[in-house]
Amino acid sequence: MKEHKSGNVTYIAVWAALVVLTAVTVAVSYVHLGMMNVVVALLVASVKASLVALFFMHLRYESRLVWGFALTPIFFLILIIAGTLSDTLFR
Amino acid sequence: MSGQSTHHGPGAAGHEAHMDPATAREAATLGIWTFLATEVLLFGGLFTAYIIFRIKFPQMFYEDHLKLNRVLGAVNTVVLIGSSLTVALGIAAIRKGRVGLLRLYLSLTILLAGAFLGIKFVEYSEKFSHGLFPGTDIFFSLYFMLTGLHGIHVLAGMAALGTVLFLAGRGKYSESYHTPVEITGLYWHFVDLVWIYLFPLLYLVG
Amino acid sequence: MKETTLNGEQPPNGDASPRGYLEAKGFWSWAYTLDHKRIGVMYLYTTLFFFLLGGVFALLIRIKLMFPGQYIFTNQTYNVLFTMHGALMIFLFIIPAIPSGLGNFFIPMHIGARDVAFPRLNLLSYWVFVAGIVVILFSLIRPMDTGWTFYTPYSARTAADVTTLSFGVFLIGMSSILTGLNFLVTIHKLRAPGMTWHRMPLFIWSMYATSIIQVLATPVVGITFLLLAMERVLGVGFFDPAKGGDPILFQHFFWFYSHPVVYVMILPAMGIISEIVPAFSRKPIFGYNAIAYSSVAIAVFGFFVWGHHMFVTGMSSTAAIIFSLLTYSVAIPTAIKVFNWIATMYKGSITFESPMLYALTFIFLFVVGGLTGMFLGALGADIHVHDTYFIVAHFHYTMVGGTVMGLLAGLHYWFPKMTGRMLSEKMARPAWLLMFIGFNVTFFTQFILGFEGMPRRYAEYPAQYQALNIVSTVGSWILAAGILIMFANFVHGLFRGPPAPPNPWKALSLEWQTGSPPPTENYPEIPTVTDWPYGYAGKQT
Repeated sequence: MKEHKSGNVTYIAVWAALVVLTAVTVAVSYVHLGMMNVVVALLVASVKASLVALFFMHLRYESRLVWGFALTPIFFLILIIAGTLSDTLFR
Repeated sequence: MSGQSTHHGPGAAGHEAHMDPATAREAATLGIWTFLATEVLLFGGLFTAYIIFRIKFPQMFYEDHLKLNRVLGAVNTVVLIGSSLTVALGIAAIRKGRVGLLRLYLSLTILLAGAFLGIKFVEYSEKFSHGLFPGTDIFFSLYFMLTGLHGIHVLAGMAALGTVLFLAGRGKYSESYHTPVEITGLYWHFVDLVWIYLFPLLYLVG
Repeated sequence: MKETTLNGEQPPNGDASPRGYLEAKGFWSWAYTLDHKRIGVMYLYTTLFFFLLGGVFALLIRIKLMFPGQYIFTNQTYNVLFTMHGALMIFLFIIPAIPSGLGNFFIPMHIGARDVAFPRLNLLSYWVFVAGIVVILFSLIRPMDTGWTFYTPYSARTAADVTTLSFGVFLIGMSSILTGLNFLVTIHKLRAPGMTWHRMPLFIWSMYATSIIQVLATPVVGITFLLLAMERVLGVGFFDPAKGGDPILFQHFFWFYSHPVVYVMILPAMGIISEIVPAFSRKPIFGYNAIAYSSVAIAVFGFFVWGHHMFVTGMSSTAAIIFSLLTYSVAIPTAIKVFNWIATMYKGSITFESPMLYALTFIFLFVVGGLTGMFLGALGADIHVHDTYFIVAHFHYTMVGGTVMGLLAGLHYWFPKMTGRMLSEKMARPAWLLMFIGFNVTFFTQFILGFEGMPRRYAEYPAQYQALNIVSTVGSWILAAGILIMFANFVHGLFRGPPAPPNPWKALSLEWQTGSPPPTENYPEIPTVTDWPYGYAGKQT
């Protein structure tokens, strides 16, 4: 964790983006797009999550080791979902 | 799991004496990220269940999610995002050695966390009064388990933030030493992160 | 053994207390200790206690199974005993014993550190472990009859106190996560100067892989048992078909954890064998990189094969075929290790002290267990022998023949280091021989019983299987006699054993370069590492 100059301006800008994205995703949920609703909601959520991780959690400034530790669980999350679906979807 | 952040806490300087300060910091950072990895998989079980049952019962998910209060959910999202901002600003403050400002931001964060739980409480009572319980059907099982587990994490986060606030008052943290503040902050952002996914999955696209 | 007593140089203890880290006395000096060595010793005492308790249950089970009908005690008592045997042995002995016990003691020593990265967290995780044990024992006031896998929907309905037990398992899991986390960070951040990844002892590689599994798999079992408890308390319906839930989902979650955890049980044992084999062959380890990487490979592949526990659940044939093929992939890194150990011994000047005897036993029995596992990975064969004694024999060959033999090898190897006293080889060898014979008599017969179709788990069985069951029970008595003599040796060594020199086996890894027992902070000065720990140069005196 290096000390770095993440200014308060950055934080407030990120916060504003998060609020705007929340508004967007709520607004979209009132429009019926079928399957696209899910895609948009998850896409927006992932953008928000990335903003939080990169800026608020300082992942942007972290070493590759920390990146590795942060990303590994996502791979295993996909694994458990895929493995279980390989059974339940085709049963 | 609330123990995590506090256990890197106050005594850290003492028992990490066998490491130099820079190593101790790196170790703490790696430690909290590892801990968050375990949290991802803890929630992961529930997310898997969500996907499986959503595929199995699309109709139930559609009808039930309309029974959730979308406005309160959105308000709570904004509240939690706000609390993430205050924690981030608090950490920026202590990095410049400004303890007073850190305490102000930590207090604000705890206040926002409390507001989040208050709104959650209103939502829960609303559901109960309409006869919707964790055992009602699969969707509400998921709703209560996911938000309940998340709520417990909010409580744990408040306890950790409270401890850090208390210790900041005792003058434990400074420009040169504030690892516990950073660690607790990371945990708090993670709590926010989980909610960022829970909100659309439950309230918006059920 | 003669050379060990001749090697009488003084321990290079900085503060030169002959009792090293064992100097402080009294209950609180242990209960509050932040010393990784003491915490490791506490784990060893705790887990070995449950090894003995679970062993007593096993003996009772075997006595009952000498007769095909309802003799000796009731079938319900049998169900309770066999659940407790499985649950205690798995959760309170085999999973924690090597990682939390020997791992705690030797990870910091092996990498040249003074302690783990988070000593307080380490102590916390021990006491969380104890709290979990207390909760589990409390839940057993009402007899537990679900089997150690707690399959739904039965576990959601039985009158036994599954709710409390779930909470206990959750606590044990939390302790395991915290330990794994601590080890990962320790190995990454606290290696002594010059201790590069490729100079680490192979025990450290195996513990690193183990910790990965503990950290990534355990949370899933945590949430699973939480949901099981909620199913009973709040009527949540994820596993309840009546509510649209899916009981098989429980099995998916359970085995997503419990299969990788099989490697939590075996990987640390493999690490111990990789230390002992070169030390007693006086030869450099063959294929260091292959052994090191295969540990990590086993940990990762282990996550891909959980479905093979569920071939007969009516799982989709797509999933079954994928899981069956993936299962074979785990065999590759495992075989790599075995070949490398054998290649290490080839033309070595092997001596057969007790650690080496146990290590060789590990290799032999584990190969049997592993190869029979290959039959089970095969979709067709598995469906034939599923739920027969073949499975029981298979996993006892891997768990007892593998993990327990690895643990015993480690205990005999490191006993002088941990206690500062030597064990008696005169007692260790007959104990080993009895165990080896008793184990094979007990469990090889069960392979035959399985092929003949005797179903596992039931308290009663058709009379045609009785003869072999009697043989198996007699075998369990021989095994028990061996274990008793071994423990007598431990107790004798602890109080009356001759003082141990710093390096009785003339091994090269760091822990032998400090006193026996080591001083509180392990090394008077942090060593600088210039070479790998396997530079044994052929015959030495």
